[in-house]
Amino acid sequence: MPGTLPLADRTIAEVGELLRRREVSSRDLTEACLGRIARDGERLNTFLAVGEERALAAADAADAALKDGGGADKPLLGIPYALKDIFVTRALDDDGQPNGGLPTTAGSRILEGYRCAYASSAEERLSNARAVLLGKTNLDEFAMGSSNENSAYGPVHNPWDDRLVPGGSSGGSAAAVASGQAFFATGTDTGGSIRQPASLSGIVGFKPTYGRVSRYGMVAFASSLDQCGPLVRSVGDAATVLQALAGHDPRDSTSVDTPVPDYGAALTGDVRGLKLGVPREYFVAGMEPGVEAAVRSAIGVLEGLGAEIVEVSLPSTDHGLATYYIITPAEASANLARYDGVRYGLSAGDDDLIENYVRTRGSGFGPEVKRRIILGTYALSAGYYDAYYVKAQQVRTLIKAEFDSVLSGVDALLAPTSPSVAFKIGAKADDPLLMYLNDACTLPVNIAGLPGISVPCGLSDGLPVGFQVIGRAFDESTVLRVADAYQRAAGFIDLRPPTAYG
Amino acid sequence: MINRSDVEHVARLARLGLTDEEIDRLVPQLSRILEAVGKLSAVDTSSVGPTAQVIALENVMRDDVARPSMSREAALAEAPIREGGLLRVPVVLEEGR
Repeated sequence: MPGTLPLADRTIAEVGELLRRREVSSRDLTEACLGRIARDGERLNTFLAVGEERALAAADAADAALKDGGGADKPLLGIPYALKDIFVTRALDDDGQPNGGLPTTAGSRILEGYRCAYASSAEERLSNARAVLLGKTNLDEFAMGSSNENSAYGPVHNPWDDRLVPGGSSGGSAAAVASGQAFFATGTDTGGSIRQPASLSGIVGFKPTYGRVSRYGMVAFASSLDQCGPLVRSVGDAATVLQALAGHDPRDSTSVDTPVPDYGAALTGDVRGLKLGVPREYFVAGMEPGVEAAVRSAIGVLEGLGAEIVEVSLPSTDHGLATYYIITPAEASANLARYDGVRYGLSAGDDDLIENYVRTRGSGFGPEVKRRIILGTYALSAGYYDAYYVKAQQVRTLIKAEFDSVLSGVDALLAPTSPSVAFKIGAKADDPLLMYLNDACTLPVNIAGLPGISVPCGLSDGLPVGFQVIGRAFDESTVLRVADAYQRAAGFIDLRPPTAYG
Repeated sequence: MINRSDVEHVARLARLGLTDEEIDRLVPQLSRILEAVGKLSAVDTSSVGPTAQVIALENVMRDDVARPSMSREAALAEAPIREGGLLRVPVVLEEGR
């Protein structure tokens, strides 16, 4: 029963209602999260920075606004949250002096202690919604990873079992939300970095359509794929947070100027009349039987609710991984050229220009980032450009066309999020290819630029499993409608790790 | 297949310092990754154009009007080495170079 969960583990919808009825205060919620951070934050290594004083001050201001009757049109007013530490937070005033804001690291040594002079769109919009920023969450360095083991500041541990990874790259955000350290968190998703950790940590993660949410102030990994979205405990909460984040921003030239619908209105609980496709290529060999069983059972639930289920085929799925691991390192190698030891961040301080670059970047970047810079530079270099980069761009066309064709005949697609449940820290760390397979079911969605949500659908070996609902471009509403109807019917909305009750 | 001198060459292009141990690890790893991604060469794309990004936006322009921008102090505050109101960088163009 929702009401029996501790305050810190409830949904935004529940605590928002309590706030507006003035049965709890934003300070209560903020202190509950800070209490969890004090109890579990260090052990799980979820946060890279916590701004306790600022959070309490923002909570008190929210309480004053609530007292004056505010909040009816601001569902995030007074709700404590965390930003993945890849969203810059303003930490300098106009005179270049520290303003008490939080630093930004992107999980890298090259940005250790970096104070940004401006706020990301995510910080700005959530601040305008009067949500309470608690801190910045741990992540794989520059969002490159599927286990959060690639952070320069140490791995994040899964709240379900300390020995396991929480998934990645938004591992700190997923673990924080799963363990009551924040009511929601932002993530970024280039190949599954919101959905896969949400799946492995037993929560909801939503990657909107490419272009739906501004990426201004989001440290770039692969610019043709990166997208910002929420990690939350319910599909309803995903709709609430997306509503605050979505919309055109002239400062991001890839943000699309298209109307943002009322996402809450999509949560009808009714999927009758919807046709949902199950792509057969997503039930791959090597998938854990317990994961497949949980996902098949979720599909059965939606069928029971009156949706029509049809098998569909996306034959180029198998090429997704190769396409992704050419495009993303290529774009990353270009994006990371900005870390030059001249304008901000780490600098070797060498008197020779080239040596300064080489030494700064050699000591500032971690192993996975270096691997991808080399791979991407190679794929873009003379003699290989057509064979790798152009080829991958052509296959992207094929993958996108297949999704478009299939989605013209069905309203949404249902698929697993990850082929496995959470695995042991260290289990795949020495084998990049094995690690990359974690994203086989999520990265085609990025290649096609579509919205995809991961929703918990039970446990396998005592660990959470998620499934994906994938929709047409800019049709987040149908994705939310299907996922919400499932969640209401299936009841895994109260899935929490053992720590929630400790 | 990629060999040691390929990795050293690409690292120079990327201005990325690598230790001998890092190169030792990268050569076999990159070989396996390139073999895996090289499978794309078997896909028939003879009649397929490339897609750089999936949304139809092109050449997004803004009006050419002056707007407030970041202050010089804020822009320089994180500079590793500065001199007065400027970033200090190593010599880029040297005589005889």
